[in-house]
Amino acid sequence: MGRLFDFMLPENKSPLTADSTDGLFHFINEASLVLFLGVVLAMIYFAIRYKRKSEDDKTPVITHNNTLEITWSVIPLLITFVVFGWGYSGWLNLKTVPDDAYEIHVTGFKWNWSVNYENGAQTINEIHVPKGTPIKLVMQSRDVLHSFFVPEYRVKHDVLPNRYTYVWFQAEEAGESQVFCTEYCGTSHSNMLAKVIVHEPDDFKTWLDENGGTPSGSPVEQGEKLVSLQGCQTCHSVDGSDLIGPSFKGIWGRDRNLADGSSVTVDENYIRESILYPGEKIAEGYQNVMTPYEGRISDEEITNIIEYLKTID
Amino acid sequence: MANVSTSANSAASTPMKLKVKQFQPAQTPTNTYLTDEKGVWAWLTTVDHKKIGLMYLGSVAFFFALAGFLAIALRTELWTPAKTFIEADTYNQLFTLHGAMMVFFVLVPSIPAALGNFILPMQLGAKDVAFPRLNLASFYIYVFGAIFTFLSLANNGFDTGWTFYTPYSSDTNSAGIIWVTLGVFILGFSSILTGTNFITTIHKLRAPGISWDRLPLNVWALYATSIIQVLATPVLAITILLLAMENILDIGIFDPALGGDPVLYQHFFWFYSHPAVYIMIVPGFGIISEVITTFSKKTIFGYWAIALSSLAIAFIGFLVWGHHMFTSGQSAVATTIFSFLTFLVGIPTGIKIFNWVATLYRGSISMKTPMLYVFIFIFLFSIGGFTGIMLGALSVDIHLHDTYYVVAHFHYVMMGGTLIALLAGLHYWWPKMTGKMYNEPLAKIAAGFIFIGFNVTFLPQFIMGAQGMPRRYYNYIDQFTPFHQTSTIGSYILALGFLIILYYLAHSLFKGKKAGPNPWNSRGLEWQSTSPPDFHNFSHTPVVIHGPYDYHQPIEEFQLGLAVEHGHGEKYLAADATGSEAAETTSA
Repeated sequence: MGRLFDFMLPENKSPLTADSTDGLFHFINEASLVLFLGVVLAMIYFAIRYKRKSEDDKTPVITHNNTLEITWSVIPLLITFVVFGWGYSGWLNLKTVPDDAYEIHVTGFKWNWSVNYENGAQTINEIHVPKGTPIKLVMQSRDVLHSFFVPEYRVKHDVLPNRYTYVWFQAEEAGESQVFCTEYCGTSHSNMLAKVIVHEPDDFKTWLDENGGTPSGSPVEQGEKLVSLQGCQTCHSVDGSDLIGPSFKGIWGRDRNLADGSSVTVDENYIRESILYPGEKIAEGYQNVMTPYEGRISDEEITNIIEYLKTID
Repeated sequence: MANVSTSANSAASTPMKLKVKQFQPAQTPTNTYLTDEKGVWAWLTTVDHKKIGLMYLGSVAFFFALAGFLAIALRTELWTPAKTFIEADTYNQLFTLHGAMMVFFVLVPSIPAALGNFILPMQLGAKDVAFPRLNLASFYIYVFGAIFTFLSLANNGFDTGWTFYTPYSSDTNSAGIIWVTLGVFILGFSSILTGTNFITTIHKLRAPGISWDRLPLNVWALYATSIIQVLATPVLAITILLLAMENILDIGIFDPALGGDPVLYQHFFWFYSHPAVYIMIVPGFGIISEVITTFSKKTIFGYWAIALSSLAIAFIGFLVWGHHMFTSGQSAVATTIFSFLTFLVGIPTGIKIFNWVATLYRGSISMKTPMLYVFIFIFLFSIGGFTGIMLGALSVDIHLHDTYYVVAHFHYVMMGGTLIALLAGLHYWWPKMTGKMYNEPLAKIAAGFIFIGFNVTFLPQFIMGAQGMPRRYYNYIDQFTPFHQTSTIGSYILALGFLIILYYLAHSLFKGKKAGPNPWNSRGLEWQSTSPPDFHNFSHTPVVIHGPYDYHQPIEEFQLGLAVEHGHGEKYLAADATGSEAAETTSA
């Protein structure tokens, strides 16, 4: 390989989706460089060659030249047709998911990526996939627009609240790839990161089996797991540090001042309300930015979370 | 006014004789538009297109300084991957404000409303625009729009990005968003009225002899721009009304929670905002054509190719908005068509660049500051154009969309294009507007700072964008640090360049050498008047027998006017009485 503009692109870890894009990227860059140098060098050459010698210089009357006009219209037009066709075919490839693709569900919400697997396994901000298999991510948003972007696979698609969208890729080696949110979504947009973790196929199976099935453990253990999986810790710390929302540390049973000047005791009902309808009571000094969990979390899960919160002091 | 255009029309149809004499603009005019009415009140209530143009210029410069200052703050924050000195929410508000101000308060009005207002009637040999009072109204509407935007800052501000995408913008509980959208709504009317005014002026107020094939290319560009302004801006108003209906009356249009569709909002938004890109850049093309001929002392190469490509861009520009939405979830058929049309709009732009370079061939090229900016323009704008082709290509855009590559691309087009063209025009027409020259060596040094600073700022952004750095990021991952730091250093160099400009232009106002009517020896009609011009631009209604780029014709033949001086209106009757007498020269 070794193309002139290789330094611009990140590593290609999913050749099936990235190769066509990379090829076209290099073609446009190289063709542009030739044309750009042509224009700029001609301009500089003329400026030197035809530098003004006196204010009485006479210049020829050259009004137009149809042959030239047609040449420099048609040649770029033909080049852009090539670029269009190449881009179109590459894009069709990105849109066409192989039939044997392995499906994983991804939900974006402020400011996390929640991932669900076929056997009930769930992860947050980590997408575990086997290598050498086409993966289809079926994506939706719980609140505003987000966009799922993996530079090393050259795939990106907006994630919408009212419909499913998808991307596919096939990672060819085990390792990690960075995921970014690329549609602006508020305060922590730039922290809405995730990793694709690519396993050897056997390791993936093992990982999936270990993490699947129904949740188990004591209510406190389940609550702790939920707080992690639901992405609560992006905004609420458990060590007392101040993030986008109030910390969970030592809140149980305390009085909390609210933005409207009143105060409330942190008890079961306050926590339940704050999870389901976070806009109802805003803690003093914080913004109303949390996504409501109404309809997205069961009563049993809320109870478990409450049990866990009681234990953090 | 009516009388003058009547005689122009009849001169075109029947070869009626006009009594014409040569008039030479005075070296040092005694009475100019600057001395005609004095005092703050006279300025605020003036209907003179030149003063209104200057008031726009001052406002645009003010907003540019403010939004530029924000840009420096943003770049400084990005010096480190985590917090440098401002909070995430503040950062988000600042980049939104930077974008919204630069687009709506600087780029859209910059060339047409500021320079265009001043120059257009002069290039047509008219005394003013067609509707002078409407022109003043446009300015005040612009000011009101700006005030509303600042009111939003007093109401929690807004952090949606200048695109106001739903449902983020409708979910946000900040009252600021209402104020800023109202501000943009009001501002749109300013744009529509200016456009209407220019179209009418170009059709009705051309001096005798200015046929469509003798229209300066700057006028063609403003004409194309005005058409876009009049046709596209109402869609912005409609979009904002729908947004308000949703927010206030809870009618579901864009918000999925109410049964609306956020992608619909993007269609509406870009239906205006893509043509708006051409509202910003096409007037820049006009300036380049004027400056490149003057400083090559040569007729323009491919007059019709340049004139008609502006119109082609204006029309095709309406049909490409969907290329902002390749990853949005719009239909596959739409995506394909939008990509194809996007390439078509690139062609007329390329044609212009080739024609400008061809104009240089065998010219007599003088590298004065305006010409230096033209060279910088062609350099930077070409990069902007080629990277636009990159972003039009479907598969590649999927990778590059919403990364710093896009940020770099539109800064190359909008700043490297529009703003550099504005600087070219400002340095070109400054002697005409003020009657003073500026410090030429200092101006060239400033241009050097701007050229270097610009590239140091934005070239690294292409690389980090292609590497995957998303836009609108307050924090970033460590691997992008060197690119961000280079970019930040570049922005300081850029700022220094603008400070130098501010210094020598202020110096020129007070201590600049007298310019004389035509310091560049241009054949343009606006240069056949005194500097600064008379209140009514010319002492005689000009009569035009050559094209604006006929550098092979002697300058005397560009200094013709109706034999009777025009004053403030009272002398037209006299002009009519003598107009039918024997005459020297006229043209059909």
